[in-house]
Amino acid sequence: MSEQNTDVIQGTLDMLILKTLSLEPLHGFGIGRRVEQISRGVFKVNPGSLLTALQRLERAGWLDSEWRQTENSRRAKFYRLTAAGKKQLEVETADWARRVSAIARLLREGA
Amino acid sequence: MSLWRQLTHGLRGLAHRKQRDGEADDEVLHYLEEATAAWKSRGLSDEEAKRAARLEVGNITAVEEEVRSYGWENKVRTFVSDLRFAARQLRNHPGFTVVCILTLALGIGASTAIFSAINPILFKPLPYPHPGRVLMIWCTSQGSRWEVSFGSYRELAARSHSFDATAIFEPWQPALTGASQPERLEGQSVSAEFFRVLGVAPVLGRDFLASEDTFNGPRVVILSDSIWHRVFHGDPAILGRAVRLSDDNYTVVGVMPRDFENVLAPRAEVWTPAQYDPRQLVTDLNGWGWGEHLRMVGRLKAGVSRRQATQELSKIASTPWPQFPRPRWASLRRGLIVDSLQDDIAHTVKPALLAVLGAVILLLAIAWVNVVNLVLARGSQRREEFAVRGALGASKGRIIRQLITENLLLAWFGGMAGVIVAFAGLRALVALSPAELPRTDVMAIDPAALFFALAVTAMVGIAAGLIPAIHISRGEMQAGLQQNSRRTAGGRGSTRRALVVIEVALAFILLVSAGLLLRSMRRLLAVNPGFDPSHLLTMQVATSGHQFDNVVSAPGAGARAGDRARRRFYEQALDAVRHVPGVEQAAFTSLLPLSDDPPVDALYGAQFEDQSGDTGENVFRYAISPEYCETMGIPLLSGRFLDERDTGSSPQVALISESLAKSHFGHASPLGKRLHVGPRNRPWYTVAGVVGDVKQTSLTINQSDAVYLSSEQTWFADDRLSFVIRTSGESAALAPAIERAIWSVDKNQPVVRVMTMEHMIAGTEAERRFVLILFEAFGLVAVVLAAVGMYGLLSGNVAERTREMGVRAALGASRGDILSLILRDGMRLTLFGIMIGLCGGIAATQAIATLLFGTSPLDPIAWAGVVAMLAGVSAIACWAPAWRASRVDPAITLRAQ
Repeated sequence: MSEQNTDVIQGTLDMLILKTLSLEPLHGFGIGRRVEQISRGVFKVNPGSLLTALQRLERAGWLDSEWRQTENSRRAKFYRLTAAGKKQLEVETADWARRVSAIARLLREGA
Repeated sequence: MSLWRQLTHGLRGLAHRKQRDGEADDEVLHYLEEATAAWKSRGLSDEEAKRAARLEVGNITAVEEEVRSYGWENKVRTFVSDLRFAARQLRNHPGFTVVCILTLALGIGASTAIFSAINPILFKPLPYPHPGRVLMIWCTSQGSRWEVSFGSYRELAARSHSFDATAIFEPWQPALTGASQPERLEGQSVSAEFFRVLGVAPVLGRDFLASEDTFNGPRVVILSDSIWHRVFHGDPAILGRAVRLSDDNYTVVGVMPRDFENVLAPRAEVWTPAQYDPRQLVTDLNGWGWGEHLRMVGRLKAGVSRRQATQELSKIASTPWPQFPRPRWASLRRGLIVDSLQDDIAHTVKPALLAVLGAVILLLAIAWVNVVNLVLARGSQRREEFAVRGALGASKGRIIRQLITENLLLAWFGGMAGVIVAFAGLRALVALSPAELPRTDVMAIDPAALFFALAVTAMVGIAAGLIPAIHISRGEMQAGLQQNSRRTAGGRGSTRRALVVIEVALAFILLVSAGLLLRSMRRLLAVNPGFDPSHLLTMQVATSGHQFDNVVSAPGAGARAGDRARRRFYEQALDAVRHVPGVEQAAFTSLLPLSDDPPVDALYGAQFEDQSGDTGENVFRYAISPEYCETMGIPLLSGRFLDERDTGSSPQVALISESLAKSHFGHASPLGKRLHVGPRNRPWYTVAGVVGDVKQTSLTINQSDAVYLSSEQTWFADDRLSFVIRTSGESAALAPAIERAIWSVDKNQPVVRVMTMEHMIAGTEAERRFVLILFEAFGLVAVVLAAVGMYGLLSGNVAERTREMGVRAALGASRGDILSLILRDGMRLTLFGIMIGLCGGIAATQAIATLLFGTSPLDPIAWAGVVAMLAGVSAIACWAPAWRASRVDPAITLRAQ
């Protein structure tokens, strides 16, 4: 794990969660760990923010949740992407791409 | 959709709170377990993995709290639990709570009640269309308002172009006979355009016509809604009906609307045209039309300013036209006073009202300061509590929210109690209010004023609660925890000390004002009215009916038949009264001193034989029965009283007052000198005696020139006399028997204003007394609040400095030393407060100087008394905490740390 882990960029946590869940349903810790792994440890997710964000996304109708047994037979809350969540992921991805290219252009021009 | 989901999820969350919280906790715990497992799988031991996981997750409770608190429903929950906690806090500190709520209630209630009472008089527009355009027009006498004559009114109305309508009016008190007891109605005799000036029209029927306001015109009357219901049972067919008033039939032509508020005569129930004769103005300069006993109003034309109108009127006053001859007294050369109706009705009470308003603002300020002080004290006592809660994971925002909730709850209770105080206070105000206070019928709690007081109070409460909260930055919370070990002198809340000083200063200002007013009242009540008011009953009897009419067309003595009938009635009535058991002496007079008899009606020019031309003085003319001076207890200084010998056929004699005798004759004897009173074409009156001076219109005014004539020797018989009756026992109890005695002579003559003389005198100073009562009440509350503030401050100090006291005691300080240490501290603050109060008081007492009587605004006794009182009260407030400090047992306190 890298020593230089960073907090998730403001406003992108929702997108990262949606993206992670688009692969398979996961519980809270799993989502956090997955984000860290995929980002190769660049992003570190604060458990408080993560669990609160999950509630928010569920309340918005983008996630479903259910309590299930894990492999080591403990009850855990698993989150799953809904159809609306999928659509939202597309919207946010497109939006993000637009921003990134804009920033990239700005940085290029400025140099 | 999302909103709907928010709502349903939120409500479900509220309904299944336990389950929802459990799930949130479970999720966090699961996260922790997974993290631990993950660390373990990397090869850490059980213990190390747990530690690492905890580090990763952070404060478990805080995370749980964060996760749980998502969603609007949790805001509600937090608020509810904050509220419950706040309520518990308040309940656990009943002293603090009760004092705060009472303080707020008094502040809010008193200020709202006072403002609600003053608002309609000084600020709220009168209930007429374009009320700013209604003006009152007065003549001037010695710089003050003086009634106008019909002649002056007619000239002003004819020559001025500034007004849409102008009118004159005067009181009219017809007797309503036919019922079981004769009733004297309050009414107004008005010129035709009176209601048009006010901009109000009858709701039933019509207004007066110009043709009805002519000499010997038809007798018509407009009724008020109240008398229409009270006497005529709201009869819709009242129009055109005849009503018997003072022995004449009047045709009802209109009924005024229920909401018509007549600020010019609040109790008037009937109106009739004045019917003056303009032709007589030119032919008879001594006639009734030139008597100055009318009030004049006008409604400005749109676009004409009051200034323009005033200028036009004063130009008319200074340039007489030959077609409008003016007698000497109505020459208008002293100019006119023009004022808006609103200012006019308030002008006598305005200084008093503004003083009361100022006092209540001071009181409100003291209440606020007191509450801020108490809340601050609570805050500093609770520093430890906040520190502990902070250490246990409560965020700064959370603690502030809790504090605000507590203060809002306190403000809410205080506000509710304040509303109650406001309603009760306003009722008490209206009940206490002097008769001169206009518009008491429409005084109601002003919602805007109440809201304002509540809002400001809530804001003050929140601000006061926030001050300790702002101190609680993370670092200071820790300091709060450590404070236990170093709680000594230093940092003793300089804000709160300053607040106590302010409280003392404000209380001082209020108290000095109250003290000065009290001294004035003492002075006033010590004033000798010139007669003995004890055991003296008074009542007014007016004659009404055609048997008292003078038949002008009848020749010779027949012309005065009405006067004779009137005199006969009064003599018989007096005789009957004298025979009532318990009556020691009885008499009547045309003018009763210190009553509401209009003094203008009794003022006449007097001229002694050695005076010539236009010289002379204005004197009060009393037409009296024999024994009047004896009954009143007016002393005889020389000569003799009037008695049964002075009849219509005997030589005309007069008594004059001491001041008149002195001013005209100096040390020479006036006995036997001759004078005219009123008309000069009648025989001379010879001075038969000199009597003591009497306060005529007010205890505060020295207007004592008076001439007493026998009622049988005056040039007209007064139609309204006051009986004065000296009784052996309780005089008020005799009133019914005396009324019956008068009615046994003629049951159709109304008897009004039945009152003991003492009561009547109290009434003349009602306005002053009203202001005094308010200032006394406010001053008292202010002292109590200041004392509470002082006590609270010092108690807090002593509690915080217990250890210091212990150390001092251990080092050899005696109990007396410690006692005086705390006492000195408190008294120093008091002294500061008094010094500031002295400066403020000098300014404030100048403002109430007009309300004082015989007392300088710098009256040393009042000032010294207040200084002593405040110092004494605050010494008492300091004593308890100081005593507690001196009892600190060093062994116990030092061990306790």
